Amino acid sequence: MEYDAIVVGGGHAGCEASLALARLKHKTLLVTGNIKNIADMPCNPSIGGPAKGVLVREIDALGGEMGINTDKSHIQLKMLNTKKGPAVQALRAQADKITYPKEMLKTLQSTKNLEIKEAIVDDLLVKDNKVYGVKLESGEEILSKVVVLTTGTYLKADILVGSKRTPGGPHGEKEAKNLSDNLRKLGLTIQRLKTGTPQRIKRDTIDFSVLEREDGDNVLRTFSYDTIPLYQISSQVPCYLTYTNEETHKIIRDNLNKSSMYGGYVRGIGPRYCPSIEDKVVKFKDKERHQLFLEPESLYYDDIYLQGFSTSMPHDIQEKMVHSLKGLEHAEILKYAYAIEYDAIDPLEMQASLENKKIANLFTAGQINGTSGYEEAAAQGLMAGINASLKLRGLDPLILKRDEAYIGVLIDDLVTKGTKEPYRMLTSRAEYRLLLRHDNADIRLREYGHQVGLIDEKRYQKFQNKLKQIEELKEYLKEKKILPSDKVIIEELQTTPILDGLTLYEFLKRPEVTLTKLVSFGKVPNSYPKEVLEQVEIFVKYEGYIKKALKEASKLKELESIKIPDIDYQEVPNLASEARQKLLAIKPLTLGQASRISGVNPSDIAVLNIYLKRLKHD
Amino acid sequence: MEDTIASIATTLGVGAISIIRVSGKDAISIVNKIFKGKDLEKVASHTINYGYIVRGDEIIDEVLVNVMKSPKTYTREDVVEINCHGGISTTTKVLELLFLNGARAALAGEFTKRAFLNGRIDLMQAEAVADLINSETEKERKIAINSLTGYGSTLIKNLREKLINLISNIEVNIDYPEYEDIYEVTVNDLKQELTSIKTSLQEIIKQSEDGKIIQNGIKTVIIGRPNVGKSSLLNQLLEVEKAIVTDIPGTTRDIVEGSILISGIKLNLIDTAGIRTTDDTVEKIGVLKSLNSLDEADLVLLLLNNNEKLTKEDLELLEKVQDKTTIVVINKNDLPDKIDIAKIKNLPIVYINTLTPTGILPLKDKIKELFNLSKLEQSNYNYITNARQLAKIKECLNLITDIEDGIKKEIGLDMLEIDLKTIWNTLGTIIGDAYEEELLDELFSKFCVGK
Repeated sequence: MEYDAIVVGGGHAGCEASLALARLKHKTLLVTGNIKNIADMPCNPSIGGPAKGVLVREIDALGGEMGINTDKSHIQLKMLNTKKGPAVQALRAQADKITYPKEMLKTLQSTKNLEIKEAIVDDLLVKDNKVYGVKLESGEEILSKVVVLTTGTYLKADILVGSKRTPGGPHGEKEAKNLSDNLRKLGLTIQRLKTGTPQRIKRDTIDFSVLEREDGDNVLRTFSYDTIPLYQISSQVPCYLTYTNEETHKIIRDNLNKSSMYGGYVRGIGPRYCPSIEDKVVKFKDKERHQLFLEPESLYYDDIYLQGFSTSMPHDIQEKMVHSLKGLEHAEILKYAYAIEYDAIDPLEMQASLENKKIANLFTAGQINGTSGYEEAAAQGLMAGINASLKLRGLDPLILKRDEAYIGVLIDDLVTKGTKEPYRMLTSRAEYRLLLRHDNADIRLREYGHQVGLIDEKRYQKFQNKLKQIEELKEYLKEKKILPSDKVIIEELQTTPILDGLTLYEFLKRPEVTLTKLVSFGKVPNSYPKEVLEQVEIFVKYEGYIKKALKEASKLKELESIKIPDIDYQEVPNLASEARQKLLAIKPLTLGQASRISGVNPSDIAVLNIYLKRLKHD
Repeated sequence: MEDTIASIATTLGVGAISIIRVSGKDAISIVNKIFKGKDLEKVASHTINYGYIVRGDEIIDEVLVNVMKSPKTYTREDVVEINCHGGISTTTKVLELLFLNGARAALAGEFTKRAFLNGRIDLMQAEAVADLINSETEKERKIAINSLTGYGSTLIKNLREKLINLISNIEVNIDYPEYEDIYEVTVNDLKQELTSIKTSLQEIIKQSEDGKIIQNGIKTVIIGRPNVGKSSLLNQLLEVEKAIVTDIPGTTRDIVEGSILISGIKLNLIDTAGIRTTDDTVEKIGVLKSLNSLDEADLVLLLLNNNEKLTKEDLELLEKVQDKTTIVVINKNDLPDKIDIAKIKNLPIVYINTLTPTGILPLKDKIKELFNLSKLEQSNYNYITNARQLAKIKECLNLITDIEDGIKKEIGLDMLEIDLKTIWNTLGTIIGDAYEEELLDELFSKFCVGK
């Protein structure tokens, strides 16, 4: 029997990829090492945060599952950066590590066209540089038209604790021993990466009374544009803060050579933004303390996640380290921290559609592409699913641009610059973060979601209605005026008096004026939902800034609009040799992408531009 | 290639005429906006047109403008060439006016590049073109770096360092809001930093004006009521009988120029017709010119008479020069003091007589002091005199104004930081010293964040 698509790996990337494919009516098989670990969260129990939270919203806007599933399963929700502007606000949830996978599995199992199989994939079936199925450890061959690899950290994974190196994936699961070697044989470049996870502490053994408490927000919110809040404000579970101290630092310094990292037992490259506690103590000698977060993993078991304390020290040293912390003097460690090393492919070898350049119909997403994080994985999984489907349907791939989505930034960075460390999404990576807001992900992307077929008519109509109301309200504000006679409002808002009439649109630009207040004064009809008021208010208040960002983005578009066909770079005269090599390897789709490759200079772009013009003339 | 580009096509400072070339679809309309003469949008192609470059009512330069319409031009686009007569500072001013009206600075080799891209030159010669562009880019880079080896480049580097400290701190606050130990940047920090950056940028502009002074000299205008001895002063300064000296008021009708060197710096002297109310039409033109030349001057010498009380005309002149760099020169110090100097406020005063060369020494000393000439003499004038770079610095100053407006409107730091980043990037392009991972490197080496 032949499938349309096989997805290898049931993590966050695999779930999104297989759901997207099955929902787009392709006969899909999800192969996973252990069904119990589908949508597992082997590291931190949270979803979202700055930039990452926006990724989740974008996934939702396009018709992915992560937002909806988080709404079903979190035990605390917070809007971050509320004191800052709308461009950097983002939701962060403490997801329940039992409920989240359970709900995701339910969704997968109830989705038509989707089958799940427990097995380890050993090899790809490839003929004429085109994949046509997978080979299992058992020797069984399963055929399909496309394959999506979402193997996470399982490729040739090793767990590192002190000087000990044990083959195996997270949770004591079996690693995928042979697949990465076989990928290498097929011509792919494999690199070695490293990440780590901290201790889990038994809840009852922590003295919370001496720790700082962090509660969830007292406003109900959702990640998804289509769900309603399913939780009570009062039922949220708190997190706690503690800090390292001089004693902790001394223990670490005295035992540094025992850690896998500093003892020289690690080959893989770890992320800068996920440093181990050893790294923090060594690199920031002058810092007296480091902040640690205690996060509950689930309502259904006792583990408290000790965020910020990731280490590869041996167990006895970890005991000492944990016991030196305030509130954790008598803590019982349920799981020790460890580092994990795994194989990943070089993302420069894939196209912006996430299809491999060397092997047709092979898509990859998530940690295998060198990223880190659940949200980054899910975003790629969704795009790989969408583009695999478009390929099956013979349509052009969906490639989001840097000014359209964080997903666009993420994938463009990967396929243009590659990565030598696990890649994490940060707001600072986005040039146009003012355009890529948490609040407008639907406006940016829902149309695409509808076009590819993941957003059904009902959801789309709701969205269209929102757009209509936004335009209507903008018009209303431009027509209606605030007059000198509106003395009560002016006094109440403590704003400067009005000489002649001023349109509400202009009036709203004043910092002390908000749409909610205008509604309460009866100046704006109370028929508009919160999200419409929010959109219009952001648009009016930040109009100048938004226009500036759009202008900047349009500069980029000029180069971005010049497409580069499949050309032989050896034939292009006068390219600098470094540029020629990079261009050959990366094969950028547009001059814009070419200009972002390090080592390709403006003069190379000019030369390339001339060459393309000449092609057109001939 | 939608936009219109402009740059100075001749070598700056060499030769009497400099040519500014403008190319692109808006070339003619942009030049037309600042041109007084025929309507350039209506003139025939390949014509030379006489007129003035103006900013509002102010005449910047007397020019000849060649209008060449697409496609028979160097770039195959509409091309306008402005032949300027006014020396470096005027030419630069015209270029800046073009930028203000919608043109952008041409990159090195860009006219040539457009010529090729638009197929004017045989495309089979593309190899040669590429070489040319390569070498020109390289040349431009070297020139940019060389012109900045001194004080200017250090200043910009320091500024960028200050900026990146602030930017990375703000970005860490955005990406890691839950870290309570990390310093949270405030609007006051930003204000302080902006003030210091603004001062430095203005300093750079000031320095480059000094640079211009070194290259072009100090344009010095002598004004005063008729017959107070302007021409005598000029002659004494020039030590030659150049200006016509008589004791009949109103003889000097034309502006007479001459140059002297003080401490190695050139002083370009401009004599003016005596300023007074007059019915003589020829003299009227001279008076008008004198008042105009005041605007152009780097230095004004206002000449008064020691043995006369201040007249209404003197007081009017004193009022006119309040905002200029001015020295009040009181002539005839050998005669009895009748002048009421209490009425001269906020301006430096020197007493001289024009009878002997030593009589004017106090004036020379004052000029040295005022322009810090001894300091200029010693420094290696590596200032930014390149209009492209200056335009970029002015761009940064405009962005600072935008940020200051934003602060007033209570716009959040994360929003204001976007402009801050643009300033940082723009400064980076001036010294050709920016790479994209710089910010992330800074962020993670300075702040201990991440889980």
